[in-house]
Parts: sequence; structure tokens; C-alpha cells
Amino acid sequence: MGELSSLYEKEKELLAGKEYKGLSRIDGPLVFLKKTHPVGYKELVELTDRDGKQRLGMVLDTSDEAVVVQVFEGTSGLTMPGTSVRFKGEPLTLPVTEAMLGRVFNGLGKPLDGGPEAIGDKYLDVNGLPVNPVARQYPRDFIQTGISVIDGMNTLIRGQKLPIFSGNGLPHNELAAQITRQARIRGNKSNFAVVFAAMGVKHDVARFFKDSFERSGVLDRVALFLSLADDPSIERTITPRTALTLAEHLAYDCGMHVLVVMTDMANYCESLREISTLRGEIPSRKGYPGYLYSDLAELYERSGMIKGVEGSITQLPILTMPNDDISHPIPDLTGYITEGQIVFERDMYSRGIYPPVAGLPSLSRLMKDGIGEDMTRWDHPHLASQLFASYSYVKDVRNLASVIGEEELTELDHQYMQFGEAFEQKFVAQKSDENRTIEQTLDLAWEVLSILPIEELTRVTEDELAEYYGC
Amino acid sequence: MSERIIGKVKRVNGPVITASGISDARMMELVRVGEVRLIGEVIKLQGDQAVIQVYEDTTGLCPGDNIYGAGMSLSVELGPGLIGTIYDGIQRPLKALYDFSGNYLERGLEVSPLNRDKLWTFHPQVLSGCDISPGMILATVPETARVIHKVLVPPDVEGTLTKIMPEGEYKVDDTIALVETPDGREVPLTMMQFWPIRVPRPVESREALTLPLVTGQRVIDTLFPLAKGGTVAIPGGFGTGKTMTQHAIAKWCDADIIVYIGCGERGNEMTDVLTEFPELIDPRTGSSLMERTILIANTSNMPVSAREASIYTGITLAEYYRDQGYHVAIMADSTSRWAEALRELSGRMEEMPAEEGFPAYLPTRIAEFYERAGYMKVLSAEMGSVSVIGAVSPPGGDFSEPVTQHTRRFVRCFWGLDRQLANARHYPAISWLESYSEYLSEVTPWWEEHSGEGWAQSRLAMMDLLQKEVKLQQVVKLVGADALPDSQRFIIEVCRLFRNGFLQQNAFDDVDRYSSVEKQRRMLEIILLYWKRGAEAIKSGVTLVKLRHMKILQDIVKMKLTIGNDDIRAFDKLEARLERSLDQLEALYG
Repeated sequence: MGELSSLYEKEKELLAGKEYKGLSRIDGPLVFLKKTHPVGYKELVELTDRDGKQRLGMVLDTSDEAVVVQVFEGTSGLTMPGTSVRFKGEPLTLPVTEAMLGRVFNGLGKPLDGGPEAIGDKYLDVNGLPVNPVARQYPRDFIQTGISVIDGMNTLIRGQKLPIFSGNGLPHNELAAQITRQARIRGNKSNFAVVFAAMGVKHDVARFFKDSFERSGVLDRVALFLSLADDPSIERTITPRTALTLAEHLAYDCGMHVLVVMTDMANYCESLREISTLRGEIPSRKGYPGYLYSDLAELYERSGMIKGVEGSITQLPILTMPNDDISHPIPDLTGYITEGQIVFERDMYSRGIYPPVAGLPSLSRLMKDGIGEDMTRWDHPHLASQLFASYSYVKDVRNLASVIGEEELTELDHQYMQFGEAFEQKFVAQKSDENRTIEQTLDLAWEVLSILPIEELTRVTEDELAEYYGC
Repeated sequence: MSERIIGKVKRVNGPVITASGISDARMMELVRVGEVRLIGEVIKLQGDQAVIQVYEDTTGLCPGDNIYGAGMSLSVELGPGLIGTIYDGIQRPLKALYDFSGNYLERGLEVSPLNRDKLWTFHPQVLSGCDISPGMILATVPETARVIHKVLVPPDVEGTLTKIMPEGEYKVDDTIALVETPDGREVPLTMMQFWPIRVPRPVESREALTLPLVTGQRVIDTLFPLAKGGTVAIPGGFGTGKTMTQHAIAKWCDADIIVYIGCGERGNEMTDVLTEFPELIDPRTGSSLMERTILIANTSNMPVSAREASIYTGITLAEYYRDQGYHVAIMADSTSRWAEALRELSGRMEEMPAEEGFPAYLPTRIAEFYERAGYMKVLSAEMGSVSVIGAVSPPGGDFSEPVTQHTRRFVRCFWGLDRQLANARHYPAISWLESYSEYLSEVTPWWEEHSGEGWAQSRLAMMDLLQKEVKLQQVVKLVGADALPDSQRFIIEVCRLFRNGFLQQNAFDDVDRYSSVEKQRRMLEIILLYWKRGAEAIKSGVTLVKLRHMKILQDIVKMKLTIGNDDIRAFDKLEARLERSLDQLEALYG
């Protein structure tokens, strides 16, 4: 039995080098081949077109009759008879090394900066493997971003995945760049790196990030994977995977704290839908494939910390909500996987508030274990809860005021209106280069809360009130 | 039946593969695919072809790879050693896998679910020579500090006990008894047994539900109680606190055993349970919470078909402990992910979809799952129960989607989570308008007995006020609070107190996280006292402003944080002070 199966393995190995000439069908980014040797599912495929140019692909469906291959660089210019195909017998791998920091790559990890191809310390399967939940370390280190509404109310934790839900035309890129510049662990100068994955974004956006990294002098700590708007859409489906594969190497093998910025997740999902439709799969909501949740989870879950390992991966995915609709499948499924979300509000942006972070729908799930005494300040947990509660009442009062007019409001409601205004203008709003310490943020929160009468503050303790109220 | 080759791979398309050359495969048979031996299950047979659902990532599988049949259905191993363990969806122990393959879950690994090397102290409870029947208790084994594991006769064995081992230390697979069956065969028994996960374990009879599952969460126990053996759905959009509610119940409910299934959710949430539970002390027994908990983790990035199986694996383990006479609570977080796994697999098999791409058999599967809950007289004539608490994650928080709607048909209790409450960080965000419990009348006698007469009436009074408040709030939204008379504004005031002082509960506060039955009742009564006396005071001319600015209100709002479960006397004092302050008010202004 053992001998037989090893013979069988050998045969597979030999067949892996075999080259096939000619395709039987080309449909969008998919090509179909008939009568091949047994080809493995998700195997890497090398296609050479008539002019000798090479493209990469992946097996999406394999049977003893036909093989479906998805071509990352797109199929334009391919001919049915003139294309030769070679199955590599292994999945797509990425050479990974620390030397990739400071470089620019395309979505498949090929250099775009004119430099040589990276010589990897090792080659890793871009699909990664699921982390054993037992091996995970629960994240609880507070990251100070210097942005009050994040540090105070939606605290970012090292190893968290916290997406920005934005809309077209809102300053999500500015905020992501500001976080990247300012984020630091208090009292700790650690070994950090940034991995940036661009999927279907415009050249200007890629340039904006590059410039921003350059100005803050961190460009040599950044690896960029760019699959821009005019690159084949199919490449986008692999871009975040290559980026995360490098991030995993940097974090878990080199012990770095890696921040992964992925933009724009909406484009990624569009590409998935495109392939799914071409394959004739049964769609679920809004035409997106039924496996969208699992597929996104494969990306987002590649963050966190591992026991006994120094490094960490913190994810900051950016997605523009189609039509600002948070119940659209993309933000909806993302919200179910990520550990909270930072939601932008167009109304706040039009009123000139930067960052236009909507107070109520934003959330950081890991916040509870990363704030309080010894981590930020002892009054932080109750204070944050109080801010949410009071601001939520402000929303009610504003609705009421729009119906009955502001003059008709009770004295207390007037105070809430005042608080709401101060909260947005003083606490939330800040400059895009303003870096507030956590103490400044919390003091500011007390300052605006002190507009309200003391008996309205039911979520904070007597001690906290005695120490900070009205100061 | 030993392992044999049953066919070859024909087509691979994600987690579903088609096999050809099938001769003697059985429906639902456990199979291993390819030389990496990926675990799968036969889900369809047609001619010489079979459809196989594979529980691991199928990357690299080729047409022509061998398929090995195991000759049995996908089953779980039952025996001492389950508690305190974390398993994946097909009962592979994750801790052992970690020791074996490190940080990542490699494919094709096989580790026995129960530790084969550990010695257990065996205390026989029957004598050799006696007649045994299925489900009978043969022996007891102390499994953890608080759980006595009962070694049961497997449901398919009966006859005469010819031998039982004396008290001593044994491994799970040591023979501990010999049984002679009526047809003359001799069957050796060990401390462990197998059971196919998709088949409910047999019981003697279903009994009526009479006991509440006390969770220590006030909004649940007082407003929408769950019975032991009952089923409940918790639907809510993301960020409304499904997982927080599930965790709180898993920590503090009065079940003997907890089975927590993380089905397609975040890896860090399971890590949270793994790090937090061993440190938490159960208020009832003083032992660590991990000593009654079994975890099943099939996180969202783990293979999708194992997600489908994880729900069944979990409930089978729960039934096994129920059969030992325990009350088991099972948390499934989230059943939507399980339904989506069904959808994904169904799509891969190119089945005709029904609503929103879900297969037409979705309601049947949901019903089958929830019907495995119940309060049962088990085969050994003891009483045991399985309560199911299933989270539902409706897309866009919209409760009209298929999974929520179908689940509603098969559960009798519904805790709808409200986005607005969650936005105001009012947790648990269980909406008092949308939620209901059909178990109310069944558990009322228990509550009246344990917390004093009149519980149902007080509860009803509070519910009535909450409903009235909603109507009043609609008026306020149109014309402002000032337009209402004091008597009606007072209702809003009382409800505000009830919301902040009673319904809202801080899961991270040492005092507030768990409220005993008695504490809940006293808190309810104090707020009702304020309502009754206050309403009278208003009638006699006291203004709302005076009632609202009573100093004691601050203490009432914070009684949940300041008065512990073992300090019930403090409520007497608080109540007396409230009476006195109201007396004073009436004397001065009335």
C-alpha cells in the first residue's frame, strides 16, 4: 500500500512539469482546459502567451474532464491555440524576507519599483493556515493613536482588526495615514512595520499614502502591495493574501509589530463577485457569493497575537460603504468578523468636523480589556460609557428640537444640546496632525461632560466625579 | 468494518468533492480523502458517484486520489475528559493539535478526542451478575472538582453483567466490564462510547418544563425567563452584544454543564473564553468555571463544512451529560454561520436554492437542532435537560431574513437585541418590546416559591409601565416632555430608573455581573415602591421635580453596583429610607 502510494506521488511530481498547448475556452478572467493530467485544487498555474509573456493563475475547479483556471493578470491578449499552460503542482507561494520592507510590489508580490525580485528566507503559501485558537494570545495592549474619538471611545488594541467604514469622498485615507503616523504603544519604542495593500484604488490614493509615509520618515519600514484601479480586477483577490503573508512572516518570524492597512475592501469584494458570477455560482445577497463571509474571514482572522511570539498583526481595513449603507453586505459581513468598526458620518464631515467619526455606531470590542488603571487611566472605562450614554441622549434631543423647535426644550435638554455641540467641536474634532495624549483626551472628555449637571452622570462613580467633574 | 478504498476523486470544487467508482459507500459514512487523509462525510449517493463534504481545506486534492471509507458515521467519543477541553467542529482536541503541530492548524491530523493515557478513578456502582439495560449507570468517575462523571451502558447494549472491574485507576479505553447479551455474545465495555452526531440520543420520555434556567441577568430572569430544557434565539446585528450575552450566560447560569460552540465566529473570542473562564469562580460551587465547560471552536477562518458539523458535535456532547442526569446549557454562537455553511455547501452541490440562496431544507434542519433540547427523563430514570441558547446574526440587523424567521418558529423564547440600546451602550441590549418568553407561566410557580408571592404581578406591573412609556415617548417626540401632565411624565421617570438601575447590567463589574434571584426581586420591588408611592404623592400634589430630585434616587440607580448578592439586608435599609423620604415629601408638599 505504502509503496503504491509513493509511486503515485512520484507520478504526480513528474506530471507537474508537463506543458499543455491550447485552451478550450476563455471567459473573462477564467480559462478552461480539457484532458489534462490530474490537477490539484488551488494549484498554481503558469500561462505563457504567444509573445512569451508569463502570467500566473490558480485552479478553481478540477475534475477528470476539465480544469478551470483563474488568471490573475487577466486574459486580455490570450489566444486559445497560442497559449501554453504549465501546472506547478503546488499552491501560489510568496518569497518572504525582512528585506521586502521599503519596497513596492504588485498584487502577486512581483517588484514594481525596478528592483530585483526578493530572495525569500522562505516561501509561504499565500492562503495561509488557520491559527489554532489555543495558540492565540488575547490582545490587550493599548495603542495610542493620538485621536481622541478613537483613544477615548473606540480604543485600538495591538492585534485588533478595526476597519474604517467610510463613504466615497470622506477622509478615510487621511485618518488611516494619521493613525499610521501617530500610533504607538506608550513608553515602548518597538520594532514596527507597515504593510500596505491597495486593491483597485486610484493612483492618487496610492501616491498619497506613499508621500505620507515618506514625510514621516517611515518609508523604509513599509512594504507596499499595489493593485491599482487600472490593474486586472482579478489580481485584487490575491493582493490582500500576499500582503498578509508577508505580515505574518514579519510578525511571527521576525517579531515585529505590523500594522496592515488594506484599502479598499469594497473593490476586493466586487472582484470576488465578478469571478463568482462568471463561474455561474448561486448568488446570495446582492449577487455576492454565498462564501463572502468565509472568504473575508480568511483575511481578517489573519491578525492578532500568538503565545510566546513577540510580534503582532493589527489590521486597519478601509471600506467605502456603497451608497453610505451600513447594511450593505460588505460592511455588514465585515462588522460580523472584525473586532469593532470606526464609522464615518457624512453629516459630520459636511459640518467640517475631522475626523467625522460617528459616535454611536462605532465600536471597539477589545477596548474593555485594554483600558483602565495601569493601562490608560482608572476612570477611562466608566467615562467612555458615560460619553456614549450622554451623546446618545443628545441625538434624541436633537430629533425633538427639529420637531418642536429649540426654544421649547426643557432647561436640561438645552444643556444636552450644549454638551453635544462641545463634544463634537472640542472632543471629536481635531487637526490631521494633532497628536493628543490619552490624558489630554480624557481630560477633554471630562471638560465637555462637566457641561451636564452632576446627577445626569449615572455611569461614573462618586470617586471619579469627585476627582474630575468640573475640573 | 475496517478501512477500505471506496472510490476515487472525480471533481474538486471547494469543500465539496465528487467521487466516482463508488461501490459500497454508506450514506453519511465517515471518509478520508487523498493521501493527506482529509476527513469528510458522504452526503449524496447516485449511481457509482458520491458527493463528499470535506471538513478540511481541499487545496491540492487531485482527481484520481483515493477515498477511504471508515465504515461508520461521523461520531463523537464520549467519556471522562471532555470537560475543560477545547475541540474543533469535528471533536479534534485543539490543545493536543497545538502540542502536535504548533501555531497553525495543519491538515489531515488525527488525535483522539479523549486522552488515552490519563488514569481515571473508577468507582463501580453495580455488582457483577446483575441485569443491565441501556443508559444504566455502571460506575462513577470524578471528572473535575465539581462534575462526577457517570459511566453509562451504551444505548445499544443490554444483557447480564458478567464482570465489572473493582475500584481503581483505569484509562478510558481499558475494559471495565463484560456484558453477556441475550443472544449470547460477550461485549466488553470501556469508559468511553461512540455516538453519531446527527442522531439524537435516546431518552425515556420528555417531561414538562418547570424550572427556570437562572442566568443572573436581570432582564432575562425577570422579564423573559428561560426554562431548563427550553430553547431561545438571540438575534442581533453586529455589535449589539450577542456574544457578550452568551458569555454572561455561560459564566453565570445555574446549569451543571456548559457546552459553548463558537461556530464561525472570531478566534479571539474563543481565546477570551479560554483565558477568562479558568480564572472565574462559580458563585454556586466555588470552583473554576472551566470545570463545567466544554468548548467547541470552529472559528470563521476554519473550514466551512466543519462549521456545519460543530453544532451537532456540541449538542451530542450535551445530550451525553444530560443522560447522566445533569442540566446542560448549550450556547451556539452563531447559528447564522451554521446556516450559511449549509447554504455554501448546498450551492457547491448546485442544489436549487429557496429564499436568499438558502437551501429549501433549512427550516427542517433548524427544527431538528432545536428539538434536541428538552427536559427529559433519561434512560437511567434520572432527570436531565438540555437548554439551547442560539445566537442569530441577521444580515443588516434585519429580523425578517430567513434564518431569524425560521428560528422563531421553533424556539419558544426570543431575546431580540436592539441596535439603539447597543448604541447607547445599554447592555444587555435585549429589547423589552420585541422579546418574549413562552416559558413565563411554566416558571412562575418556581419564582413565587423562591422569591416570595406576587412575583408575577410585580413583573407584569413593570412590563405594563414599559409598554406605556413607549407610547408616551412617541408623544414626547412630537410635542416635548413639557406637554405631558406630571402623572404621565412620572411614568417616563420611573422607566428611566428601571432602565438604568435594573435592566442595564455591567458584565465587567464584580458586583453587578451576576444578580441572585433574591436580589433581582428586591430591586424590582424597590423600584415599584417608588412608582406606587410616587404616583400617590403626585395625586396629592407633590410636583414631579421634587420626586425627581430626591437624593435617594442616586442610591437606587446604583444599588446594582453597591449591594452584593449576599448583602440582602441592605435592601431593607434602602427600602426603609425610600419610605421615609417619600413620607417627608408628602408631609411637606402633599
